[in-house]
Amino acid sequence: MKREIPLLIVFVAGCFMAIQFFVPHASSEYVYEFVMDWTIIIGVFAMALGIWSFVKVSLNKINRRQENWQYSIVAMAGLFGMIVFGSSIMKLFGATQVGLESYMFKHFFDYVIIPLHATTFSLLAFYIASAAFRAFKAHSLMATVLLVSALIIMLRFNPFLGPVGEYVGDGAAWILNYPNMAAKRAIGIGIGLGMVATALKVILGIERGYMGSD
Amino acid sequence: MTNIGLYFSIGIIVIGLLAILRYSLKGKDIDRRIIFLFMFITVASSLLFKMEFPEKPTLIVKKVFNKIENLPEGSRILISFDFDPAMKPEVMPMANAFVRHCMVKKHKLYIMTLWATGQALMLESIEEVLKPEFPDAVYGEDYTSLGFKAGGVGVLNVIITDFRKMYATDEHGTPLDEIPLFAEVTSAKDMDLILPIGGGAPGPKEWILFVGDPGKVPIAPGLAAVVAPLIYPYYPKQAIGLLGGVKGAAEYESELLRNYDQFKDMDTPALSMMGPQTMAHIVIIAFIIIGNITYFRKRRMNDNA
Repeated sequence: MKREIPLLIVFVAGCFMAIQFFVPHASSEYVYEFVMDWTIIIGVFAMALGIWSFVKVSLNKINRRQENWQYSIVAMAGLFGMIVFGSSIMKLFGATQVGLESYMFKHFFDYVIIPLHATTFSLLAFYIASAAFRAFKAHSLMATVLLVSALIIMLRFNPFLGPVGEYVGDGAAWILNYPNMAAKRAIGIGIGLGMVATALKVILGIERGYMGSD
Repeated sequence: MTNIGLYFSIGIIVIGLLAILRYSLKGKDIDRRIIFLFMFITVASSLLFKMEFPEKPTLIVKKVFNKIENLPEGSRILISFDFDPAMKPEVMPMANAFVRHCMVKKHKLYIMTLWATGQALMLESIEEVLKPEFPDAVYGEDYTSLGFKAGGVGVLNVIITDFRKMYATDEHGTPLDEIPLFAEVTSAKDMDLILPIGGGAPGPKEWILFVGDPGKVPIAPGLAAVVAPLIYPYYPKQAIGLLGGVKGAAEYESELLRNYDQFKDMDTPALSMMGPQTMAHIVIIAFIIIGNITYFRKRRMNDNA
């Protein structure tokens, strides 16, 4: 029964949600929204679980003085610091505004989080340049096609090309609108069919990975 | 003075690249730190000496601009700030340009975010663009903000049928029934246009799949460059047009400048960023060419050996 009941719940819920999609009735939509509410509630609990897991892993790392344990202290300080700065507790320290308007919260977000995120993302420019230099080699026909396509896409931004620029722009638009779009659509359809197949396997109880080791 | 600095920088880059080319013709590898140094000089000098190029909008961007331009006054437009600070430099200019365009056309603006980190960025756009540049705009009548709601795709699946089931109040705690902008709005289907801005999940793709397509609402996403090719398959039916990366944002800014004199002094971060981006692309292209010369040179040397 320990195995049969979850399988039955998944089968009934899965079939219901699949059928519900094709029934445009108010009661059907009501049940759908009810289920969606539960999805959000589970999502919120998952966030709490994530924080608990993060704190547990960080504390373990600090206690055992594992490699780079100092970073865990910074990470924990960041998490709890932002919670404190954004909460009403700050009123006890003379803060006039709390939440997103809190002076400390706003300043940490604007002058620490934003620059850190932007810097990390910006490092991509350096790695892309290095990777392009090392990996973009015309060692086969397909690699040459990829190389030429990439060059055309990059060159479309270039204002130094003069009248040739228009043709490069048209070429880039063609690459994006036809080969790129066709490939992406094919991948998208493939992913969609794969998802349907996996969903069917879960509903029919063939795929039981979600139940843990089985 | 500015041009002297710029030409000097370009001169250094060109001479450096020629030196590297000469070095690679001998079949020798280039240290990655040299590539990093060139990227740094290129981006820094373009930023320092403010290199800007004129932009001409592509059809895919022009369609978005024309859609907002041709909607009748008072149309309902929803903007979703679904991004984090990492994407901010790339997509925030789009968000601000959309806000400006919607407000100047006197459309009704509904602002929200599906990302926790998007809330502060959404407020930044309201506080630094909407309020100072459109002081006559009244909250609740001309624009409203729903803020952040956890739930991702779940939120979209609910607002496609009813906003009030997901948002009891707006960002400030005012019940939706007390906000004039929501008087005739039940669900996302009542929007005339949705402008989701972002590059992750949930983001523009989810807006198309769970709101735009089933609700028959026109969607025009603003995207980080890395995800723009992924959204192309949805153009032109599910996405009426799209803005891809800094280039898309720059094209949109240039259209605003071309069509509205009142924006001639506005901040144009995307146009400013196109200079460094263009120069960085040229350097990357140069390195790809040098890399291939080295590769073929080495292959020939090995064949001869």
